[in-house]
Amino acid sequence: MTISDSKIKLDIKKIQLDFPILAREVRNNRKLIYLDSAATSQKPQVVIDAQNRFYETINSGVHRGAYYLAELATDAHEHAREIISGFINIKPDQLIFTKNATESINLLSYAFLNATLKSKTDASVDRRLVLSPGDEILASELEHHANLVPWQELCLKTGAVLKWIPITDQGLLDYSKVDELIGVKTKIVSISHMSNVLGSITDIDLIRKAAKSVNAFFFIDACQSVPHMPVDFTKLGADAIVWSGHKMLGPLGIGLLAATTELLDIMPPFITGGSMIETVSMQKSTFAKAPKKFEAGTPPAAEAVGLGAAVEYLQKIGMKNVHDHERHLTKLMVDGLKNIEGVTIYGPTDDTDRGSTVSFALNGLHPHDVGQVLDDMGIAVRVGNHCARPIMDKLKVQSTTRASTYIYNDDSDIEALLNGINEVFKFFGAR
Amino acid sequence: MNLSNMYQEVILDHYKSPRGKGLQETFGGEAHHVNTTCGDEITVRVQLSEDGNSIKKISYDSTGCSISQASASIMFEQIDGKNLTDFNKSSEEFLAMMQSKGIFEPDEDLLGDGVSMIGVAQYPARIKCALLSWMAAKDAIIRAKGE
Repeated sequence: MTISDSKIKLDIKKIQLDFPILAREVRNNRKLIYLDSAATSQKPQVVIDAQNRFYETINSGVHRGAYYLAELATDAHEHAREIISGFINIKPDQLIFTKNATESINLLSYAFLNATLKSKTDASVDRRLVLSPGDEILASELEHHANLVPWQELCLKTGAVLKWIPITDQGLLDYSKVDELIGVKTKIVSISHMSNVLGSITDIDLIRKAAKSVNAFFFIDACQSVPHMPVDFTKLGADAIVWSGHKMLGPLGIGLLAATTELLDIMPPFITGGSMIETVSMQKSTFAKAPKKFEAGTPPAAEAVGLGAAVEYLQKIGMKNVHDHERHLTKLMVDGLKNIEGVTIYGPTDDTDRGSTVSFALNGLHPHDVGQVLDDMGIAVRVGNHCARPIMDKLKVQSTTRASTYIYNDDSDIEALLNGINEVFKFFGAR
Repeated sequence: MNLSNMYQEVILDHYKSPRGKGLQETFGGEAHHVNTTCGDEITVRVQLSEDGNSIKKISYDSTGCSISQASASIMFEQIDGKNLTDFNKSSEEFLAMMQSKGIFEPDEDLLGDGVSMIGVAQYPARIKCALLSWMAAKDAIIRAKGE
């Protein structure tokens, strides 16, 4: 299906009214044109209200205290878990709240490290989590640093070896290399669902089949996909996926890990302390079952409640509608950029399914300068290496300019960007 | 556009025709600095005079935005051949200007074309761009002294 076939059913003007920040002015009293949702999304009033209401009416420690408010706070926290787990089709106790997606990935990588360390003295550790020198971890060249550095660290500490699926000169995963990179030594495959730089979507089926053919654990960084398209955990077939709340209209400070019950059962905890234990003596402790096992300390309950409201807001719109709307905007953007002389687009430019994140260069101009002039017109884009330095090296650029959309963006935002780019060229007298 | 405060003509001129760009083979100290937010990079080489009191030759090579490139070019013009006391004065004046949020009366004797960077100080995200070359030069001098 091409974009032109899809109907745009959403009333974007109405949706925009739900986001108070869109009403503010930015530099030079310009209207804000926010095109950096791949970094963090804006929040609708219902999310801000839900979080405020928690503090105004039920604030107290969750999972402790026998008093009325503590019950209400605990209920609200756990209700948010139900909403969010339902959103990706898992049971509530398969969903772990973390600080952010980066912490979620570290939770996974440290489970392997801790299991490997513990295995020397503890026979009950599940051997599947124990890494030996020469074992392999497979990632890809297009990973965000969050899905790369934790694995590098795990390799350094265990003697495992990091391998990666290379990307083509166009920045797409080179699937032809997968078979030779996966073998009996592969213990973990961790790959992003959608590139945060190029918007390209990974062929998850292909990677899963390869990972499962050697019984490797299969993890997905779903930070860019869950907020923008329908995602069903059971259909992905991964052992675990991670993503963040703030990129899907939710508050900052809350990330997520969804995993199979089996994996959650065998993984040792990452962060230990209060709330995650079963019994504690001065000599030793035993741990609670998931999700509590992985949620040490006082949880970000108000943030969880805010995120629950964000998910309900997205469910009302419908994730297919979100994705269709963004496909429409992406086509406008990509076609428009193609028509501007002197612009190079990185990533897919045809009609293949992709996310709304588009990286590009204005030939002869530095992204920082591009971003600055766009900012002067009220247009917020991201400039830099997008925490994905290896892609930059592959594309042989130092950094790119990146525009990304969400449900509150409309055609006029894309037009503003395209006009803005022409202004940038004019300002620097380039081209 | 308010932007012309930042991108003054003199800055764009240095950006388009950088002075002194290109590394010298002979040097006593070298420093390589990277702006981690955008990936801009500069290598600065410094050859001190025999008494160690002045910069006999400074050279640099860099990639980056207009502000970082212009700043390197201006710095070269201002400090090549100067004694270290003058370098320190200029360097401190430049740093003070960049940290001033734009409320500052820069000394043109110390900064030369660098006074045109006052507008950059109003944009916190760009201060690092302007400072990159000066910080690298400072490091390169320290290394040149150490050898």
